[in-house]
Amino acid sequence: MPLEKKEFKPKIVAFCCNWCSYAGADLAGSSRLTYPADVKIIRVPCSCRVNPMFILRAFEKGADGVIMCGCHPGDCHYSTGNYYARRRMTLLFSMLDYIGVENGRTRVEWVSAAEGVKFSDTMNSFVEKIYSLGENVRLGDLRCKS
Amino acid sequence: MQELINRAKELLADGTVARVLGWKAGDLPYNPEPAYFETEDELKDFVYNGFCGANLSKYMIEASKLEGKTMVCLKPCDTYSFNQLLKEHRVDREKAYIVGVGCKGKLDIERIKKQGIKGIESIEGAEITDGADTLKIRTIYGEKTLAYGDAMLERCHVCKGKDHMVFDEQIGESKETKDAERFDEVAKIEAMSPEEKFAFFRSELSKCIRCNACRNACPACSCRKCVFDSNKFDSSQKANVDSFEEKMFHIIRAFHVAGRCTDCGECSRVCPQGIPLHLFNRKFIKDIDELYGEYQAGADTESTAPLTDYTFEDAEPSIVGKRG
Amino acid sequence: MYKIAKENLSALFQLIADNQELYLPVKTAGQTNFGAWSKDAEVDLDTLKTVKSAKDAFFPQSEGLYTVRKEGKKMSVEPESLKEQDFVVFGMKACDVKGLEVLDKVFLSDPVDTFYAARRDHGTIVALACHEPEETCFCKVFGVDAASPASDVAVWTAGEELYWKALTEKGEALTETVKELLTDDADGEAKVEAEKENIHKIVEKLPYMNLSLEGWNGDALSEKFDSPIWEELYKPCLACGTCTFVCPTCQCYDIKDYTAGNSVSRYRCWDSCMYSDFTMMAHGNNRTSQMQRFRQRFMHKLVYYPANNDGMYSCVGCGRCVEKCPQALNIVKVVKAFQNQGGEK
Repeated sequence: MPLEKKEFKPKIVAFCCNWCSYAGADLAGSSRLTYPADVKIIRVPCSCRVNPMFILRAFEKGADGVIMCGCHPGDCHYSTGNYYARRRMTLLFSMLDYIGVENGRTRVEWVSAAEGVKFSDTMNSFVEKIYSLGENVRLGDLRCKS
Repeated sequence: MQELINRAKELLADGTVARVLGWKAGDLPYNPEPAYFETEDELKDFVYNGFCGANLSKYMIEASKLEGKTMVCLKPCDTYSFNQLLKEHRVDREKAYIVGVGCKGKLDIERIKKQGIKGIESIEGAEITDGADTLKIRTIYGEKTLAYGDAMLERCHVCKGKDHMVFDEQIGESKETKDAERFDEVAKIEAMSPEEKFAFFRSELSKCIRCNACRNACPACSCRKCVFDSNKFDSSQKANVDSFEEKMFHIIRAFHVAGRCTDCGECSRVCPQGIPLHLFNRKFIKDIDELYGEYQAGADTESTAPLTDYTFEDAEPSIVGKRG
Repeated sequence: MYKIAKENLSALFQLIADNQELYLPVKTAGQTNFGAWSKDAEVDLDTLKTVKSAKDAFFPQSEGLYTVRKEGKKMSVEPESLKEQDFVVFGMKACDVKGLEVLDKVFLSDPVDTFYAARRDHGTIVALACHEPEETCFCKVFGVDAASPASDVAVWTAGEELYWKALTEKGEALTETVKELLTDDADGEAKVEAEKENIHKIVEKLPYMNLSLEGWNGDALSEKFDSPIWEELYKPCLACGTCTFVCPTCQCYDIKDYTAGNSVSRYRCWDSCMYSDFTMMAHGNNRTSQMQRFRQRFMHKLVYYPANNDGMYSCVGCGRCVEKCPQALNIVKVVKAFQNQGGEK
């Protein structure tokens, strides 16, 4: 049997806040806007719920890119959650960059429940970026690949 | 050192303290161990010299649970850790009688041995009172001399200063040992290409044996139950797998102490494999300084930690790719 | 007795590696540990003690046991295969070799640990006599002769030459395969004797060589176990696993599962009696304080193990714990503390 060159299908995890971007994804859907099926959404109660371990675990289990979406600064359902999340993610992403993980693999976007278009655009551009970066080989666990 | 012992005896005698937390002479010239002393007689083994690198503030977590006060000997850098623990309510200020001890830079036996010195019989010049700048090391393979500075721990080359942040009294003079910039190493790595960065950390972390010495020595790692010990969670893997586990452990550990790490350097000192773990913590400190304003954990007990604080104008995470 | 010039060593390694795997002390990022030989590897035979012992070559820190895979509604179990290729470990020291003897008693007695047994069968040990023993060494106390390792091939350093002597059949076989690089030397015996004498002389000078193990045996179990000294000794202990992981004789392991989506791999990895979840059972933990865990380590090495193995201690005096303990605790300090206590009584 001839060996087929396996086409790169990225796995992308999107952590979406229940109060904004998750609803934004809904709106994108009901507005018939499209975004690639490579994006798997995980709903979280607030962007602040995203523990740095979640991000690393996603990469470990084979994600090629991780994006976190939350409410715009000032609009957090719990007043301040996204502010804390913003600092955390900034530091974590900086650390990942520091150990040599390409920084395009991680992203944070603020998407409100009314921004279906932004949600779809964001996902499209992020997926495109991941396609250009290719497979994540620096933060995955080999045992998950076999 | 004698002054320190005399003072300890006085404090024990007049009942101010119930015990003294310091260092006990070891059986080799360079291996004193942290120890408690409860009587005048026990103090005959008390020692304080260049090899007393251990940061005793972590022991104060346990000592705070004991009856009576503990006299604890803290070097200037150790007092930052104590302050930080105080801020986190992990130690009891009332239970501590802090003697700020002078420091002229602590010695790193690993570094001494790395310079080809083996079979050590005695070391001269490590005493805190010695003015000399060289160490005279007698070994079974002959006598060697070494500049004090070339035998010092990394952390002493980027010393935070001679001042004790918290103390009840001070004994002994400190010496300026700083001769390098704290963030130079971090900046050097930041300037590398992603491939070089990855290769560098891969080679360093592949040495990790998951012994947890860095975590257990760290005064900021004071959780009663560490997430990496929890059996209910996927994280207590213990596996020595260098594709992922070790990165996870070290990144998350550094993240958990970000904004609380005083950069005391214990993690790098205790690592049996000589992994420069301070490079992780210092990266966070550098980022915090640059993005959220200068902050030194442990410099005080009131300020809000950078990760429990925010401003509306904080940098967006996308800044990571934009910074030079 | 054969000899080989030091400058020919890389040719020797190449030759061995052509036929089988070769593990030897390799320097990575400033630290020397046993690792696989390759052309680019920085071989370091000058460092007396590798950070970790050579235990890894026979009992790796992490090792897969089997993998369960799920495909649709089908499950399959793939056991990890046993070691099938021969390999050589070059540059072990007499203490490391003795350490394997300790492990053998655990893993090769019934029920035999097949993973370990396969590695022992396929491994040939070339051990190096300790040219310059260090102050942390105390192997003589445990009956190890630093100058005469009990390996398959023993190698001695003398000037710019290494002297090579096969001691077992496996050793002979290895010697045959590398014979083209070895030269016969009739004066070899004399040179090796001189080196041995030299080593013995140095060993006599080392500070720990006169450590007395009197009173450490199975009979002393309750007396040692109940001693109040432990309460004092354990205090500086940070509960890290450094001493257990650098030790050539620590043999405890944990078995864990790694879930990787569609498969689960079961593996074993070294465990440390210093850890709070060591031998954790459904009812909880049978050692609840650090004092108990600390005591366990030394009681195991100096009391329980000799009680079960005809008086053989499970410490070989390599001194790695002396070098690596972050807070300068170690087995020597424990033995001495009990000795001093005895004197005061």
